Amino acid sequence: MNGANDSSVAKVGGVIIEGRDLVLSFGETPALRGACLSVRRGEIIAVMGPSGSGKSTLLHCLAGILVPASGEVYFDGQRLDTMREAQRSRLRRDRFGFVFQFGQLVPELTAEENVALPLLLGGTRRDQALRAARSWFERLDLDGMERHRTGEMSGGQSQRVALARGLVAHPDVLFADEPTGSLDSLSGELVMGLLTRTAREEGSTVILVTHEPRVAAYADREVIVRDGRVTTASAVAR
Amino acid sequence: MALLGLLDREPSHGYDLKRDYDTYFSRGRPLPFGQVYATLSRLARDGKAIAGEAEPGAGPDRKRYAITETGKSEVEAWLAEPIPAEPYLQTDLFVKVVLSLMLGRPAEEYLDAQRAAHLRRMRELTELKQHDSLVDALLADHGLFHLDADLRWIDLTAARLAPLAEEVAS
Repeated sequence: MNGANDSSVAKVGGVIIEGRDLVLSFGETPALRGACLSVRRGEIIAVMGPSGSGKSTLLHCLAGILVPASGEVYFDGQRLDTMREAQRSRLRRDRFGFVFQFGQLVPELTAEENVALPLLLGGTRRDQALRAARSWFERLDLDGMERHRTGEMSGGQSQRVALARGLVAHPDVLFADEPTGSLDSLSGELVMGLLTRTAREEGSTVILVTHEPRVAAYADREVIVRDGRVTTASAVAR
Repeated sequence: MALLGLLDREPSHGYDLKRDYDTYFSRGRPLPFGQVYATLSRLARDGKAIAGEAEPGAGPDRKRYAITETGKSEVEAWLAEPIPAEPYLQTDLFVKVVLSLMLGRPAEEYLDAQRAAHLRRMRELTELKQHDSLVDALLADHGLFHLDADLRWIDLTAARLAPLAEEVAS
C-alpha cells in the first residue's frame, strides 16, 4: 500500500503537466540543472528538498511564472514555456490555482472578495463570483468569516481563505508552495487535511512544495529536488 | 500500570478493564484474559488494589477490583515521571550509516531508501488519521513526529556524508 486511498488512485489519469530537462539560473547561481517531473491528472505530489535545492523554482517553471533557459514545459498537451506572457497569464488564471506561504490575501478586501478574485479577474459577474466564493466558507470551516478582513483572522483562517481562492475557479492544477509554512502544527494539519480533501473532491492535481515531511505525507508520492535535479529515490525504493 | 490507571477511574471487573485496555491501548493486540487476572491478583497482593466480594455467577469475572491509596500514589508518581528520552537513532540507522561508510558502501543510497520508507509509513499514518478516532490520531501523531525527527537526522546526515566518510576512514 502506498498510503494513498484507493478512491484517489482510481481518479488519477494521464500526464497533465510535465517539465523536461529544465535549466534555469539566477545570475551566476544555477537553480535548476536539468530537472524533470511528470505529474498525472488528479495526483497529489509533494516536491521536497532542502532550502535552495530549486524546488520552488521548479514549481514556478511548471506554473508558467518563470520561463526556463532551456528545457520544455507541457500542460495538458500544450507547450507552456514558449507561449507569450499574455497567454501564460490567462492559463494561470483559468486553469491553475495557487496557495503560497505568506501575504497572499489583499488586505483591503473582505475574505469573500479575496476568494472571488480569480473569478472576477476572469470576467465573472460580481454577484455570481461572490455567490461561488461564499459556498467555500462552509466547506472550509470558515462559517461567518465572509466579511472579515485579513487582520481579523488567524493565520490558519487566512490560509484557508487563500485555499478557497486557489480552488474557487476549479483549477486543473493547484500549486501550493509551503502552504503551512507559517502555521502551528494544529492549524497546518487542518489546512492540509482540507487542501487534500477538497482537491480530491474537485479532481484537481496538486503540486505541493514543502520541506516538511509531515506535510508531504498528505501527498500520494514525493520527489526530492537536490542541486536543481529531481531524484526519484522513492520510486526506486518501492 | 495501564490497568492500575484504568482502575483509578472507578472500581471495575476484569472484563471491563480488558475491554477498555483493548480499546485504548492494545493497538490490535488484545490483552489475554489470563494476563488481566494475573495482573489484578498481583496488584491485590501488593496492596495496590483490593478485590471485592465474589459476586454470584459463573466464570472468573466475579470480583470487582478497586484501587487503594497506595495504588493511587503509584499511578500519580508514574504519570508524573518522564520516560527515558531514548536516542532511537543510535540504534539501527546510525549503525547502518557508519558501517556503510566504513565498508565503502553507498550510504547516500541507503539514506534515500530509508527516507522513502519513512515517508511511506508517514503517508499510511496520515491516511489513518483522516478516518480514525481522535485517540487513534493521537497515536498516529506520536509515530509521525518520531519519524519526522528521524527524517531531519537523515537529511542532516546526508548533507554531511563527505566529511563523515573522511572521519570514519581515518
